[in-house]
This record gives sequence, structure tokens and C-alpha cells, in this order.
Amino acid sequence: MEAVDHSHWSPLLGRLWWDALPQEPIVLATFVVVALGGAALVAGLTYFKLWGYLWKEWFTSVDHKKIGVMYMILGLIMFLRGFADAVMMRIQQSIAFNGNDGYLTAHHYDQVFTAHGVIMIFFVAMPFVTGLMNYVVPLQIGARDVSFPFLNNFSFWMTTAGAVLVMASLFIGEFAQTGWLAYPPLSNLAYSPWVGVDYYIWALQIAGVGTLLSGVNLIATIVKLRAPGMAMMRMPIFTWTALCTNVLIVAAFPVLTAVMAMLSVDRYLGFNFFSNDFGGSPMMYVNLIWIWGHPEVYILILPLFGVFSEVTATFCGKRLFGYSSMVYATLVITILSYLVWLHHFFTMGSGASVNSFFGITTMVISIPTGAKLFNWLFTMYRGRIRFELPMMWTVAFMMTFTIGGMTGVLLAVPPADFVLHNSLFLIAHFHNVIIGGVLFGIFAAINFWWPKAFGFKLNQFWGKVSFWLWVPGFWFAFMPLYILGLMGVTRRMRVFDDPSLQPFFIVAAFGALMIAGGIGAMLVQFAVSIWKREELKDETGDPWNGRTLEWSTSSPPPEYNFAFTPIVHDIDAWDDMKRCGVERPTSGFRPIHMPKSTGAGIILAGISTALGFAMIWYIWWLAAVSFLGIIGYAIFHTFNYKRDYHIPVETVEATEAERTRQLAAVGA
Amino acid sequence: MTATTADTSHNLSQAQLQAAFYDLNEHDHPEGGSTMLGFWMYLMSDCLIFAMLFAAFGVLGGNFAAGPGPKDLFDLKLVAVNTAMLLFSSITYGIAMIAMEKNQKGATQIWLLITAVFGAAFLSIELFEFHHMIAEGATPMRSAFLTAFFSLVGTHGLHVTFGLIWLFTLVAQVGTKGLIPANKRRLMCLSLFWHFLDVIWIGVFTFVYLMGML
Repeated sequence: MEAVDHSHWSPLLGRLWWDALPQEPIVLATFVVVALGGAALVAGLTYFKLWGYLWKEWFTSVDHKKIGVMYMILGLIMFLRGFADAVMMRIQQSIAFNGNDGYLTAHHYDQVFTAHGVIMIFFVAMPFVTGLMNYVVPLQIGARDVSFPFLNNFSFWMTTAGAVLVMASLFIGEFAQTGWLAYPPLSNLAYSPWVGVDYYIWALQIAGVGTLLSGVNLIATIVKLRAPGMAMMRMPIFTWTALCTNVLIVAAFPVLTAVMAMLSVDRYLGFNFFSNDFGGSPMMYVNLIWIWGHPEVYILILPLFGVFSEVTATFCGKRLFGYSSMVYATLVITILSYLVWLHHFFTMGSGASVNSFFGITTMVISIPTGAKLFNWLFTMYRGRIRFELPMMWTVAFMMTFTIGGMTGVLLAVPPADFVLHNSLFLIAHFHNVIIGGVLFGIFAAINFWWPKAFGFKLNQFWGKVSFWLWVPGFWFAFMPLYILGLMGVTRRMRVFDDPSLQPFFIVAAFGALMIAGGIGAMLVQFAVSIWKREELKDETGDPWNGRTLEWSTSSPPPEYNFAFTPIVHDIDAWDDMKRCGVERPTSGFRPIHMPKSTGAGIILAGISTALGFAMIWYIWWLAAVSFLGIIGYAIFHTFNYKRDYHIPVETVEATEAERTRQLAAVGA
Repeated sequence: MTATTADTSHNLSQAQLQAAFYDLNEHDHPEGGSTMLGFWMYLMSDCLIFAMLFAAFGVLGGNFAAGPGPKDLFDLKLVAVNTAMLLFSSITYGIAMIAMEKNQKGATQIWLLITAVFGAAFLSIELFEFHHMIAEGATPMRSAFLTAFFSLVGTHGLHVTFGLIWLFTLVAQVGTKGLIPANKRRLMCLSLFWHFLDVIWIGVFTFVYLMGML
């Protein structure tokens, strides 16, 4: 730690003073680039007069499809930030040998690994997963929107508010230097006196509100708004996994909220939940946060299991093997995910019997997960497999995730864990499952549903370039970490003494470079596809010969999704409709009842950002004003009773006539 | 099953098929159909926050750090009066809901306000108790036991405070808009919330106060 005195405080600006501005040259340069880029973006939007359009059509929209897309964009932007952190760590670790101190100071490096973890979990994986569920679930169940459309918009903006605070910490002050779960006593005021941990707390608290509400919203949507005939056991598997994930969100995120609140009263008011003296218990924090943290990893992976199920069935041209076993496996994982948290700290010293219990429950989870893998394999067996991009990512997932799962079972053995705890073996394991499972799944999903969202497919060539850089890149980046971990190298090291380790870190850095190429190719893929969207156009609305209801409507779907609500008679309802030869009705439309856009979500989230910022910097007057502002505005919003309208029948008729023309043009 | 639908579909005309696969006579869905379910889920998530605070109290409740313990601090008679206030407020809220069911706007508002009086009395007594403890040096900073105590009881008190703000908002909304379906739904949500706080308080009373005095 550098010896900077941050004790300045003034009534107007709190702790905020000149010393909060970037000091380190790398951060300063990034700041300049981001500031220039941001200014260019704002200028461009102003020049092309896009603010009104963005505000009306996107920011205040309660349409689940637009909110889903905005979640995906948020995830993508934050992914670039989180990946930049990863590259910085890989470079530092590959050069900091033989007395070389590397290029990152300890203060900076510790922020980088903390920010990397926090961003990748909370502001990349979560927005991606939530965005997918938001976009796809209402379409799959034949609904016109979610149960609480305003709440959906509000949830998105609260997540964004958290992301804004994390990004602000890069340039104003510092981020936490505690690791991504901020264990006390290190995260207590005595050892983390400045703003880093406070940024962490408030970013997670504000984003957590959004996550919880979106969980409630999607459960209500799935339970209440399914199309007639869609019994639970006829729901698409993705919807099933989304249901289980949202149940996990509602049952896990309050725990995070509570434990963060406890940490904040310790820091702000001098309470003793996790202090070392006056009877506090730091280990209670570790237990509580993993009671949230373990379900969290299943919150992330379950929806992607759903994606792989949809993709496998679609691209093998047959019904998913073992639909009901897939459902039960998902439910079993949902329940078991609450019974394993202690495996994250076998070394705490709870004794052999407690450790055995949690070791066994952990190993038991591999049974339903294995069942899922066999279901996908048996779906492929004798299927007519089309190796389109989504299917390629799915196959890469099966091979990668299985290895990651098996190293997880190794870690579940308590005696082995005593050797491997907090080593790079653990790092390799969880990147193996998160990249190989969550991220590959998101890439499969983006390639799969992009044509639904935008009406044109993604370019295949650049998609393949990205795939072939990503998948081997992943193995280059993480295989060396398994080996290093077995040799006893611990995580979060900034410099190394033993020069014989360096080659492994260089290989890992090479892998990170390949992944960087993969990400670049993916961005090129998006750009090229948008550029050549006329060539890649799909007017059928069903480019992959899909099986579930989202493919029965146009691409992109109209605001109301379905002019007539479909009636479901079977699993894979759209496939059933195609085989029965049902033609889409072209007359008899009715006005459609829809929710109205509202600016309340973005306004409330904006004031919440101000509240978080004020609390972080001890600007008490602003905290008080913004807190009262939130309450006042929320009450004001409840006096607005007119939240819905009808899409006139003429608009529906015109939209559907256009769809009829499109379908006739492609001869469908 | 699949085979049956596809097989029988051959004998059907296109109009019959469309009627079988599309809801051609759809009506507007009643507003707020998911509200109760959604609010229940929110309440259960809130319940989990209390579960964490109870768990923390369970772990830390005996860590007095050589400071005062429950027997030095709690006045069961005062807590009994306090509990009575909250329980009465639940009864009066129930009466307000009966008035709402009978579409008696004025009576609903009056019983809500009586509920608010009991709720405010509960909060006042709680604040008096807190003030008394802090004056004696039993602050939340004094020991982990007191940290857990103040956090659990204080979080409940904060919920009651928000409940009161909500209650006054609804009294105003019933006043301006009357007992329209949207307002009835809102009153129902607050009712769930209010009784939920009662249930939590029973847990606090039992596990914190009564068992602390054993």
C-alpha cells in the first residue's frame, strides 16, 4: 500500500477531493481514452439527434424484448472491461519473475483482480443471463410481456446503476482490494479505510435490488402468463431452467443483501458483526456470503443448460431426449445448490463430519448434471446434426464443461481440497465451468436468437474465426493454471520467486491473447453482420426450423409478440403446429392491451446512483436528499394509475399484413 | 401426445385447426392478475433477510464481550405492551379490510388511521427502549450481541416505518380515487406486509426477548 493520506473531509464534497483523481499512469491514460470516447459518443448522439429516439423507444420502454437487448448490451460492454482486467493480470504474472516487479503496483493489481471477479459475475454473466431470459421466456410461453413490465425496466436500470458505480471507481477513488467476495476482517474499516469496499457494497446493493425484482417478475410471468394448454410439463426446457434460476435468485439474493447490509453497518457505524473484537465473527460472513454464493453459480449456469437443450434439439432435428429427466435434473440441482456452500472453505476447521457431509452433497450434484450431458448426447445420437454456430458452441461446451465438472469433483474431496484450496487449480476449475459453461452458452444463445431479435443471421465466417480462437485459447489460458495449482501456486499473487514457473504463465498469457482475438473476431462478426444485414436477412421468422413458440412469430417480433395467443397441445409447440399444418390466421384481429412506457425506472435508478455515490464518499447532505428523492418519487409514481393502453386494431392489421407479405415473398 | 395431434389433424379443416391452435376470441387480461403472487414472493425474500438477521443473532447472541446481557437490559413488561400495540394494529387492519370488502370508503380510511396510531405507538415504545439502552452505554457498538440485537429489532422497526409511510399514501389514494380495484389490490398487499411484520415480531419476541430472559 502506498502511504497516501485520504483523511480529508468537507461538508460539501465529503471525502471527495483532488486525491480521488487517477494517479497511476495506466489508469490516467485509460481515463483520457474513455473520456474522449464518451465525449465522442455523446456528441454523435446529439449530432444525429438520437437522444429523443433512445429515450422514447429504449430507455423508457417496458417491452421485454428491448429490455432484454439492453441487458445484453450492458453485459457486452462490461465484458470488455472485465476482460481488460484479465489481460492485465496475465501480462503482470507472465513478467513478474527474477526480481522484476511487473508493471502493476500492489495497490493497483489488487483492485484489478477484485474488479475482474466482481464485474464478470455481477455485471457480465448476470446481465447476459437476465437479458436472455427477458427476451426469450415471454416469447417461448406465448405471452405478450412479463407480469410487471415497469418493474422490468426498473430492474434493468438498477443493474446499470450498479455497473456505473463500479466503472466510476476506476477513475474516481479506488475499487476494493479485497478479492471479489470482500471477506472481513480485510474489508473492515480498519484494513480498508478508503472508498474501495464502499464502492463494492453500494454497487452490489443497488444492482441486487434489480436482480431480485427481475427474479420475482420472471417467476410470476412463467407461473401466470403461459399460453393456454402449456402445462408445466409442456414448457420449453429453457423456460424451465429460467424458472429454477429465478427461484434461486429470489431465495439467494436477499442473503447477499443482508450480509452486505451487515458489512456496511460494521463499516459505517462501527457495529461488530464481523469484527475481530467485541465478539464479532468474520467466519460468519464467509458462511453467509457463500450461502448466497453457491446458489449464484447455479443461477448462472442453469439457463445456459436450457440454451444447450434448445440448441441441441433444434440442430439435431428431433425432440430432446429425456425431457422429463431434464426437468427433474434441473429441479434436483436447484435444491442441492443450497446444501453445498461449505465446500468453499473446508479449511475453516469445521471437523471431519461436517466436511464429509458437504463433500458428499457436492459430489452428488454431479449426478443430475451428468444425466443432463447424457440427455444431450442421446439427442445427438442418430440426429441429423447441423453444425451451425450455436451447435458448435454446444459441442465445445460439452467437452470443456465436463472436464471442469470433473476437476470440481476432485475439489469436493476435503483432503484434496486442503492441498488445492485457494490455489490456481481452483481458479482453473471455476473458469473451466464458467467460461466453458456460461460464456460458451451465451455465445450459443447469441448466435441462436440473434436472427429472432433483429431479423438477420450472424455472419458465419467471423463466427467460426471467433470460435476457433476462443476454444483453443481457453485451453491454453487455463491448462497451465491447473498444473501450477497442483504445484502449489496460490491465487492473487503479483510477483513470483521461482523462475521455473514462468513458462506456464507465458503459455497462459498466450491463451489470453488468443481469447482476445476471439473477442475481436466476435465484434467483427457483429459489425459485418449488421453491415451486410440485407444478405443475411431472414423473413420467415424461423431460420433454424425451430421447435418452440418464439419461432412462430416474425423476426423481430411485433411489440405485442403474438396477434393471437397460441394454444399449446404438446412439448415443442411450434414444431407441433408445423406438423399439423396450421396456417397463421390473417383476419379477425382485435385491439391488443399493452403496458405504457414510463421514465420512472431510469429516474429512480438515477437517484439511486446518486445515493450510492453520496454514501461512498460520505456526502451526507446528498445522501439525505437522494434518499428522500427516491421515496418521494416512488410515492409520486404510485399516483399514476394510467399505465396501459390498447394497440388499435388498424395497427395490428397493418403489422400482420406486412408479415403476410413477407411470408409470401419467401414462399412460406 | 404428438402422434395423436398430428394424426387427427388431417381430418380437420384449416378453420378448425386455427381455432384449435390460436385463441381467436381473446379478451383483455384482468389487470394485476400476478400482483398477489409477485408480492408474496417479495415477502418471502424479505423473510429471508430476517432469517439472516435471526441467524446472526443466533450466532452472536451470546457474545456479550464483558458487556451487558439480556437480563441487564430487557424490560419484559414494556416489551409486552409493545407487542400488544402491534397485535392490536393487526386486528384494526383486519377491520379496515372488512370495511374495504363492504366498499365503505370512510370506514376503511378511519380503521387504517387507527392502525397507524397503534403502529406509531409501537415505534415510539421501541425508540424509547433503544434510547434507554443507549443511554446506559448498551450501544450497538458495545458487543456483537448488541449489534445483532439492534440490527434485528431495528430492521423490523424500519419495516414498520415504511409500512406507515405506505399506509398514509394509501389513505390519500383511497381518498382521491376511492375503492377502485387497483387500490383494493394495494390495500391487500399492505395487509399482507403488515401481518407479515406481526409474524416476524412474534419471532423477535420469542427468540430475542423471552428466551433471552430465561
